[in-house]
Amino acid sequence: MIITPTHYLVLSALIFTIGVIGVLTRRNVIIVFMSIELMLNSVNLNLIAFSDQLQKLGGQVFVVFVITVAAAEAAIGLGIVISLFRNKETVNADEMDLMKW
Amino acid sequence: MEAILFYTLAAIVVIFAGLTVLARNPVRSAVYLISALIGIAGLFLLQEAEFVAAVQILVYVGGIMVLFLFVIMLVNVRETLDQPKANKQVKTAIVLAVVLGGELIFFLTTGARLFEAKEPDPGIIASVQTMNTESVGTVLYTTYLLPFEIASVLLLVAIVGAVVLSKKQI
Repeated sequence: MIITPTHYLVLSALIFTIGVIGVLTRRNVIIVFMSIELMLNSVNLNLIAFSDQLQKLGGQVFVVFVITVAAAEAAIGLGIVISLFRNKETVNADEMDLMKW
Repeated sequence: MEAILFYTLAAIVVIFAGLTVLARNPVRSAVYLISALIGIAGLFLLQEAEFVAAVQILVYVGGIMVLFLFVIMLVNVRETLDQPKANKQVKTAIVLAVVLGGELIFFLTTGARLFEAKEPDPGIIASVQTMNTESVGTVLYTTYLLPFEIASVLLLVAIVGAVVLSKKQI
């Protein structure tokens, strides 16, 4: 049985959906961040699948950029989590409602 | 052979991704996510993207996930382990996410014939198959030179931002 790009695309859609469920349902902010990393990785899988199918390297270069942005996002996000924990003593997303009217 | 590897890695990735979302303890969640990321690196290898697979393991598993574990240890709150792990809108969220996933998979399988293999240029195939890292480097430093420089500026901004955010007094 031959593996086509569609297989990779469906797998990546599955991983993306799992990530969406994590972002929408979990209360712990750190696990929400990890679900976002999962979604970024499913996009990387898509880019590599097309890069392999079209035999062009642009997709792989874009994956490197996505990983760069993911690293920057993780650093900033975790910095926000630490400063939030220092001020409010919580990592629960439901209790972070300071800007809620 | 490729099919066996693909389905094994896909099963590993999906199972560990699900466990990441379901685990109660954030430390376990991070370890499951590391396993899922290594599985995705295996899928990259299967598609002849060796450089990206190596970068995935080095940057994600060696860098980002260590940072995550460090922050989890730093803000470890015991009482969150007894509270419910899902928030109030859990049912709506799951229904919406399943609808989204169903839509994605439906349209991807419907449009599958658009992704049929084209006749690739043999010269490009040879370069891709023999020296992936070298070809990626060439493309990165010629065609994508400006985005590469912008990415480095982005990282610098992220470093400064993280330092400022986690300072006690600015």
